[in-house]
Parts: sequence; C-alpha cells; structure tokens
Amino acid sequence: MSAPAAAASVASGMATQAITPLVSLPLPVQIIHLCAALLLLLAFAMLAQRRVANLVSLFAAQGVLLVISAAVVGYSTHQAELYQSAVLTLVIKVIILPWVLFKLIHRLRADWEMETLVNIPSQQLIGIVLVIFAFVVVQPIAQFTGANMRGVLGIALALVLLAFLMMIVRHTAIAQVVGFLSMENALLFAATSATKGMPMVVELGIGLDVLVGVFVLGIFFFQIREQFDSLDLQHMESLKDD
Amino acid sequence: MPALLATLLFPLLGGALLAAFGHRLFAPWINIAVSAATFAAACALTAIVIADGPMQLLAEQFFLDAFNVFLVALTTFVGLTTAIFSAPYMRIEQDRGRLTPARLRLYHSMYQLFMFTMLLALTTNNLGLLWVAMEAATLSTVLLVSLYRTKASLEAAWKYFILCGVGIALALFGTVLLYFAAERVLGAEGMSALLWTHLDAVKGRLEPGIIGIAFVFLLVGYGTKVGLVPLHSWLPDAHAEGPTPVSAVLSGLLLNVALYAVMRGKTLVDGSLHAAWPGQMLMAFGLLSVVVGALLIWRQKDVKRMFAYSSIEHMGIITFAFGMGGPVANFAALLHMTGHALTKSAIFYTTGHAAQKAHSQRIDAIEGLREVSPPLGWGLMMGVLAIVGMPPFSVFASEFLILTTAMQQQPWAAPVLLLGLGVAFGALFLRAQGMVFGRSSLQRLPHAPNMLPVFVHLALVLLLGFWIPPVLVGWWHTAAAMIGG
Repeated sequence: MSAPAAAASVASGMATQAITPLVSLPLPVQIIHLCAALLLLLAFAMLAQRRVANLVSLFAAQGVLLVISAAVVGYSTHQAELYQSAVLTLVIKVIILPWVLFKLIHRLRADWEMETLVNIPSQQLIGIVLVIFAFVVVQPIAQFTGANMRGVLGIALALVLLAFLMMIVRHTAIAQVVGFLSMENALLFAATSATKGMPMVVELGIGLDVLVGVFVLGIFFFQIREQFDSLDLQHMESLKDD
Repeated sequence: MPALLATLLFPLLGGALLAAFGHRLFAPWINIAVSAATFAAACALTAIVIADGPMQLLAEQFFLDAFNVFLVALTTFVGLTTAIFSAPYMRIEQDRGRLTPARLRLYHSMYQLFMFTMLLALTTNNLGLLWVAMEAATLSTVLLVSLYRTKASLEAAWKYFILCGVGIALALFGTVLLYFAAERVLGAEGMSALLWTHLDAVKGRLEPGIIGIAFVFLLVGYGTKVGLVPLHSWLPDAHAEGPTPVSAVLSGLLLNVALYAVMRGKTLVDGSLHAAWPGQMLMAFGLLSVVVGALLIWRQKDVKRMFAYSSIEHMGIITFAFGMGGPVANFAALLHMTGHALTKSAIFYTTGHAAQKAHSQRIDAIEGLREVSPPLGWGLMMGVLAIVGMPPFSVFASEFLILTTAMQQQPWAAPVLLLGLGVAFGALFLRAQGMVFGRSSLQRLPHAPNMLPVFVHLALVLLLGFWIPPVLVGWWHTAAAMIGG
C-alpha cells in the first residue's frame, strides 16, 4: 500500500471513529448539538459585525436557537417546565428585547458603523483561542455530562467568553449591552442543555432581571447621550486614579 | 412566617408607594416609616429565631440560621438609620438644585427596592434566587449612582453596571454548575437541588471536580460585588459619585451581602473538596485587597473615594479571615463585618454633611469641622478612630483576633496584614485630622443635619468592643462552626 493511501485509510478510520457515535446519537441530541454549533457561529458573526442593528438581529437569532433547544430538551426528557421556559425565552429574548433595542437604536439614531479596539480578524483569532480555553476549563466537568452532552458545556462557556470579548473590544454602549445579553443567553443555554433547566422560579427571576435591566439601560442611554452627546464610551475617561 | 413576609413585603410595598409619592414633601417620612416597619418586622423575626432556633419557611424556599439572621437585623437597622440621615441630606441637595422632584421620587423608590433585594438575598434558601436578588440589587442602585446626571456620575454608573453585570454573569455560571452537581445527587426533584440546606446536607457527596470550578466562578462573580482587588474598580467611582446615602448602604450592606453569598458557596466547596485551595484563594484576594486598598487611600483627594478604598481594605481583612477559617478567625470576621458596616455608614453620614458644608468633596476643601459644627467634627473623628482600629471600638477587637490568628496559622501573612493596617491607619488619621481640626471657612447648613444615626452607630461599635450580647456570641459561634475552614 502506498503511503498516501495508507494515510487516507488512517484518516478515514479516524473519521469513522469520530463520526460514527455522532450519527448514532438520538435525533434530539443531534439537534442540540446543531444548536450549539450554530450558537457558536452566531457568536463569531457578532464579533465580526460592525453595525449595531445587525448585532441585534443576530441576538434575536440566538434567542430562536435557545427556544428550539429548550423545546427539544423538554420533548426528549418529558419535562413540561422546559416548554414554559421556551415560551418565556421566546417572549423575552426573541420578541420583546430585540423590539426594545431596535426602538432604542432608532430613537437614538445610533446605527452607525462601529469602530472596534482590535481589528476584526485579530478578534476572530482571539475568539478561537477563547473557545479552546473554554473546552480546557470544562474538561474535568465534561466527563460527568454523559456522552450525549459532552462538548455542549464547553460551547456554553466559550459563548460566555466570546460575549465577554465583544464587550471589551466595543466601546459603543448598545453593543456592550448586546454583549451582556448574549452572555446571559449563553448561560441559559448551559442551564437547559447541561442540567435540563433551572427551577422555574429561578428562570422567571432571571427573565425579570434581564427585562428590567434593559429598561433601566434604555433610560440610561438617554442620560448618557444627553450629557456626552454620543453613545461612544471613549468619552468616559474622567474617573481614574491617576 | 408573618414576620418574614412582613420583612420582605414592607420594603417592596414601600417602594411601590414611594414610586407614586416619592417627590412629595412628606416622602422622607414615608421612607423612614417604611424602614422602621421593616426593622420592627426584622426584630420580631430575630426574636422568633432566638426563641425557636433556625427555621425554614415557605416550602423551604426561605431560611434563617445563625449566619443570616444577624445580617438581616443589621441590614434593616442600617437601612433605617440611613433613611433618617437621608431626610435632611437630600433636602439640602434638592434646595441646591442638584435634584429634581422626579429624581427624588426615583431615589426614594429605588432605595426601598434595594432594601428588598438585600433582604431577599439574605433570607432565600434558593441559590438561584440569591443570584436573582444580587442582580436586582445592581439594577436598583445603578440609577441611584447616576442620580445627579453629571458626566462623572454617569461614567461611574456605567462602569458599575458593566463590571457587576459581567461579574454576576460568571456567578450565574457557577450557580448552574452547582445545580448540575446537585442534580446528580439529589435527583430530578428539580426544586430542591438549588436549596442551600439540601446542598449542605449532601455536600460530602457532591462531585468535587464540578464544585471546585463552580466555586471559582462564584468567588470571582460575587467577589466583584464585594470589591475584591483586582475586581474592585467600580467601587470607588460608585461610592464617590452617587449620593451619600447610597454610598453608605453600598458600603455598609451590599458588600456584606455579596460576601455572604461567597461564603455560602465556600461552605459547600469545603464540605465537598476537603482541600486548602479555596481558603487560600480567599486569603490571596483578601490580602491583595488590604494592601492595594490601604496604599490607594494615601493617594485620594476626594473624601468619599478615600473611604471607599478603606471599604475595600476592610472587605479584604474580612475575606482574609474567612479564608484562614477556624472558629476564632470566622468569629472575628463576623464581628468585623458588623463593626465595619456600622462604622463605615456612620463615617459616610458625617462626610456627606461635611461635603455639603464645603460645597466640595475634596479633602483639602474640608477643614475645621470641629469649629463650625462640633457634633459633625467629633462624629467624623470618632468614626475614623473606630475604623482604623483604635481600642476600645469593636473593630480593634476583631482586627486583633484576626492578626493573632494569622500569626499562629499563617505567619507569612501577618506582616503583610500589619503593613496594610498600618498604612491605612496613618493615611486616614492624617487626613481626618486635617478635616476636623484647624481654622475653618465652612458654612452652616440650611437644614440641621441629624446626627443621631452617627452616634447610635458609634455607640453600638463601642458597645461591641466591650461586650457582645450572649445571643449574638452564640450565633457567631454557630455560624463560625458552620463556615468551618
């Protein structure tokens, strides 16, 4: 057997090893994996996005994926609570918050091209490093999640870190808030996929907090713009301990 | 049960009431009345706990044990005295045109809501609700920090929101991991797996790998709200730019409650891991906060900023003591929590009025307080003496206990701790001397400041230095044993 053929057969062997268990997974688990992958993709898309309005659209898309994954987990584990959670997510994350944010952007005329502190290709590279880091951190935990959900927790933490990165490199107030909200999305995803959802009372509380938070920030944006004539946070440099 | 409901519902309903009437002339009185009612309810609750011991209420969703009952009493008490202080203070601010009626209404309403979130965080048995309450506490105070709508205050509020928001998101991840670990042991009962009492009962069987990582997230998350260095940078800004009553409750209450949340997590991780590193992490964060806080006190020109750094230093001392663990250090930490909350809020009351007299928060603009207003001057001087740890105030007793324990258990840390305490002592004493003594050009205030809260707080700190009520000693011993370490 020639060397390239041997290499190919080894590679295909590895591929079948890696893929076979994935294909044999039950359909709901595969859907969750798909959602996780798409969420990660959306997080990178957010990093690459320059316009605030598009950022909000991506955020809404994240919400849709969360709704799907909550419903699927609910269906496969027969937990009615997760359906309620899915409805809650649908109402808050897919309908109300994007609507409020679009309204704000419109009212504040804030939809211009954003500058970022780090150029976008470098951001993507940092993002990849963060994903690897996240997988390393959850390594000791992942073994307890069962074969089905392995990797999902890693993606959830990666999403948190990517949202974190987005908040650091953007200095527009609305972009930071979208980063904050997508961080919350990532945590919700971790809760539904790894633990089959938090108790309902906690989810309601978290939902309420997020909702109130966005309204508070909405007020806040107007205050900031009134004082600084801009939502660019680079003007905020006065408070420093020399 | 009615007492607990009253403790929680009074501030909640008070917040709603003040959202309607908070701009009226009698609003400060409603604020005081609601706070007094909350304090009375908390006293009743405390009396019940003294009589019947620890208890769980409302399908175990709420609980009271030796660790949180005294914090409930302390929180409602400081809430009441701050409401009393705030009445003339905010009146003066309004007369000077820094506040519109609408903002005053916001202030009164949010003040009560903040009290509600603090009490919810303290009494809930559900770690998820604890998180919700901590987040709600940030949300209710963020608009208070920006109440004056100046550029600096907006910047401070934004920083506060973003840093604490991110921090608390990490704490939520920690909570999810805790739930994940608990579910494997407590099963799919769902509701019970986040209840702290249930987790505590099975902590020996929780998966150490998961709990360890969960604790790191909880520590970093809630530690941001405690103001531990290097996660502290929101704290001085928020304290300096917000109205003084808000600085007082942030320092006196919020930091304690956030540390309380960390310690609930620490108890679980100790029971699960039986390792030294969680305590060592607390010690490291604590020592760093003591040293950095103390050194930065020297450099401050703004009086409220200076005392904010002193808060960082003291939270560092308490965190360090909890990190050492053991009955004595934990006891001292609980005593220090109480002493610091009472003293620091009293100091903020005096500095608030002093800054009003000087029309400036700059330290060099405030001078000769004793000459213009002896109660204010002596109040500030006594407060500073108490906070730097002069005997016979209780802060001295707790710092002495912590220092001697450190010499026995962690000899390497004692010099560092001593250095921090010494630097803070020198800086605060020197600055206070300049503010209190000397000639003065300060003006009288149009509304007489109410100095009662200051002296009541300081008298209590003095009392705790001599004699701690046996009930309190019992609780602290129980809590210290529970926290372990």
